[in-house]
Amino acid sequence: MATWTWFHKLASPPHIYRLAGLLAPWFGWASLLLILPALYGGLVLAPPDYQQGDAFRIVYIHAPSAWMSLMCYVVMAVAAAVGLIWRMKLGHAVAASCAPIGASFTFAALVTGSLWGKPMWGTWWIWDARLTSELILLFLYLGYMALRASIEDLQRADRASAVLAIVGVVNVPIIHYSVVWWNSLHQVSTVTRMGKPTMSNSMLIPLLVMFLGFTLYFVYVLLTRVRGEVLRRERSAGWVQEAVRA
Amino acid sequence: MSLREFFAMGGYGAFLWPAYAIVFVVVVGNVLAARASHRRALAEARQRLAREASSR
Repeated sequence: MATWTWFHKLASPPHIYRLAGLLAPWFGWASLLLILPALYGGLVLAPPDYQQGDAFRIVYIHAPSAWMSLMCYVVMAVAAAVGLIWRMKLGHAVAASCAPIGASFTFAALVTGSLWGKPMWGTWWIWDARLTSELILLFLYLGYMALRASIEDLQRADRASAVLAIVGVVNVPIIHYSVVWWNSLHQVSTVTRMGKPTMSNSMLIPLLVMFLGFTLYFVYVLLTRVRGEVLRRERSAGWVQEAVRA
Repeated sequence: MSLREFFAMGGYGAFLWPAYAIVFVVVVGNVLAARASHRRALAEARQRLAREASSR
């Protein structure tokens, strides 16, 4: 019982609005403090790769962008499911906020991958499993946003787009395991391949810091978007009038 | 390492720097878009409040 009161207070719109406003700057600045040194480590300190030369340095933005595209989708699908199952408006607000962030980083992952693929594979694009499933992810995000935009009634838009988000989540493991399940030009994961010698620490540490930095950055952007989304949904509530005056 | 060498990136600069530029635009663009979205919502709420106050 006590847990539920606590939970409802936490998820109440005015509380979330204030909490998000309080936390967002911390995540924002922390992400900057991680990303900048990681950039220096990746672009300057790390030695060139023995096979790929300096081209491998694209990994420091490509892999974190791809990670963002997947993590953001999982957050979106889980939030949409929470909104659909428990009829919690906050879930829909979070899901709707995720879509543009995820779409832009999916785009970034595809373009940086293309710019890496050209010098390494000799082609900008091939229709292999990894690239195709990541492209489908972009279409899922865009479809989600188009569906929301096409339905006037907010509750119906929330429900319909939530179903799309949840169904689309099957694509996430397909993307992740595509390089293992199918033959691909795309190299297998550099970070999660345990046991074998993969990268020297001077290459690996900037990458790990970059992953962490991008994750905190995601939280910052998401919190900021959720604040706007909550305000729009709650515009006639009394607390909004107080928040707006402040 | 000279600055020229750094920007040449072992001959891969033409691929590497556009990639970094695009991610930079996406990263900064997301921040600006999120902040603008919040500001818009605040402005809308304020307008609504002002309308309601004047109609009362």
